Amino acid sequence: MAIEAPVLTTQDLTIRFGGHVAVDQVSCAFERGTLTAIVGPNGAGKTTYFNLISGQLRAYSGTVTLNGEDITRLGVPERCDRGIGRAFQLTNLFPTLSVRENVRLVVQAQARRGFDLFSRADSHIELIERAEHVLAEVHLLDQADQPVSALPHGDQRKLEVAMMIALAPQVLMFDEPTAGMSVDEVPVILDLIRELKNDRDRTILLVEHKMDVIRSLADRIIVLHNGQLVADGDPAEVMKSPIVQEAYLGNAPEDGQEAPAKSASEEVARG
Amino acid sequence: MINRLLSGDRPRSRLLAGVLALILIGLAFAPFLFPGTKSLDTAARICIFIVLAASYDLLLGYTGVVSFAHTMFFGIGAYGTALALSSLGPSFTAIVLGTAGGTAIAAALALAIGLFSLRVKAIFFAMVTLAVASAFAVLVSQLSGLTGGEDGLTYKIPRALGPAFKLMDGKIFGVRINGRLLCYYLVFFSALVLFLGLLRVVNSPFGRTLKAVRDNAFRAEAIGYRVVWYRTTATVLSAAVAALAGALLAIWIRYTGPATTLSMEIMIDILLMVVIGGMGTMYGAVIGATLFILAQTYLQTLMASAEHATEALPLIPLLVAPERWLLWLGMLFILSVYFFPDGVVGRLRSRR
Repeated sequence: MAIEAPVLTTQDLTIRFGGHVAVDQVSCAFERGTLTAIVGPNGAGKTTYFNLISGQLRAYSGTVTLNGEDITRLGVPERCDRGIGRAFQLTNLFPTLSVRENVRLVVQAQARRGFDLFSRADSHIELIERAEHVLAEVHLLDQADQPVSALPHGDQRKLEVAMMIALAPQVLMFDEPTAGMSVDEVPVILDLIRELKNDRDRTILLVEHKMDVIRSLADRIIVLHNGQLVADGDPAEVMKSPIVQEAYLGNAPEDGQEAPAKSASEEVARG
Repeated sequence: MINRLLSGDRPRSRLLAGVLALILIGLAFAPFLFPGTKSLDTAARICIFIVLAASYDLLLGYTGVVSFAHTMFFGIGAYGTALALSSLGPSFTAIVLGTAGGTAIAAALALAIGLFSLRVKAIFFAMVTLAVASAFAVLVSQLSGLTGGEDGLTYKIPRALGPAFKLMDGKIFGVRINGRLLCYYLVFFSALVLFLGLLRVVNSPFGRTLKAVRDNAFRAEAIGYRVVWYRTTATVLSAAVAALAGALLAIWIRYTGPATTLSMEIMIDILLMVVIGGMGTMYGAVIGATLFILAQTYLQTLMASAEHATEALPLIPLLVAPERWLLWLGMLFILSVYFFPDGVVGRLRSRR
């Protein structure tokens, strides 16, 4: 079998905030159809690394390459067009709009209808149907007419996943998709992510603290510590390596409780 | 049919629908229902300001962009038509050329300002528009050779739109069918078409995207919308419609000057109309503009009669003296914003 070129590559990717190097020369390649978990203690630069890939932050040096194309200098929507989809850690939706409208907007962006000024939005039945189809998949169809701000937290997380399903990008980035969810809601999200992974060979990047989540989903783990890539490999191996024991597991308890303090750089990055 | 004209965006409140129907009927039959020069003038102003406020709502309520240059675009449209009429003479060609020219300039200027300053923080855009609008107002008053300076421009409009032009002898319901009436209906139908056009735009896929940009620009980018272009297009569109409203005003009052088009006072009026009516609803602009213009025109009259009625009482006549009308107008606004934070339309819809 010929070795396939990686879908997404970062080469010596670096960003600094003042004197602080938040992501330090991270080189990594992500292959088609794999799910890579990115782990590391709080402030390790995981979210910042995500922001560099999806374009919310521009690299200080180094490159991001998608399917052989250098996308380091492109803006967020341009990267989205090329197939990078990003779900956010803190719920980041359109709060005054309905659940259906949130997903419909993603479908509409995909259909390139945003600059259609003179037709009625409710006349594009196919866009609405597609949105409702996705909502049915995540079991949110009953809440379709509610404004997002009225949804409970768990449902907002589901909606976040629904928007990723609607976006159907080649590279999908999830930043702690189960954060703040109740125990019985977590498996629903995990199943959705698993389905996304099995469907059409997507490349998924996942920042996650919960070890059981990582074990059940990840094909590979990379470890970031102080902005540097310190370990990379098979989940079982990486878990065992001394550097991870020290850098990650030593700091974060296994039950995945999130420490409240976040580094300033990660907060800035989140916008 | 009505639903199609409204682009599916119904009033969604019986009371609101009733009030809107009342305003529509009142304006459509204004020359017959409220005969007299002053009331016809008020009706025409309401039509023009509905368009102006609605075009501002596209920006403020739907896109979440605060601009202080809306009267500048209004003024550019008015001056375009005024300059064409005064230099080319009173013809319909002059009106068309002046309106088209003014609208094109307003749109081009809006495009430049938008691309220059919508990339950055919202406050920066607000400041830039304030600066550009102030500079423009100074420019207009200094270029007195062209614009008539502070005195403005007085000109003639085509005879067919003036009171001397009679379509028929005699009267219908006691109203002379003359060019002035024709001019009113030109204003009324132009305003109606522009308003329904704006209503369509806000209910189009583009309009929906504007709401997404307003709600969460960061996320709108992440799902692939180029936020700067959406904001800029909304700014250009809103400027073009404001310029058309300016052209209507220039035709209607046969005078264009800084005080009637460019003043900061009018800018604040528009802002209040949109906020009082209800941001991001379009219908709010109708309610806001109607209430505002009516209050501006008739509050003094009302207060004068109140002063007479309370002559015998202490203190009260002083409070309701006509020269205190601004005080009462201000009070009305404070109360309405306090009790209707979502505007009149938001209040009526939540009551449903």
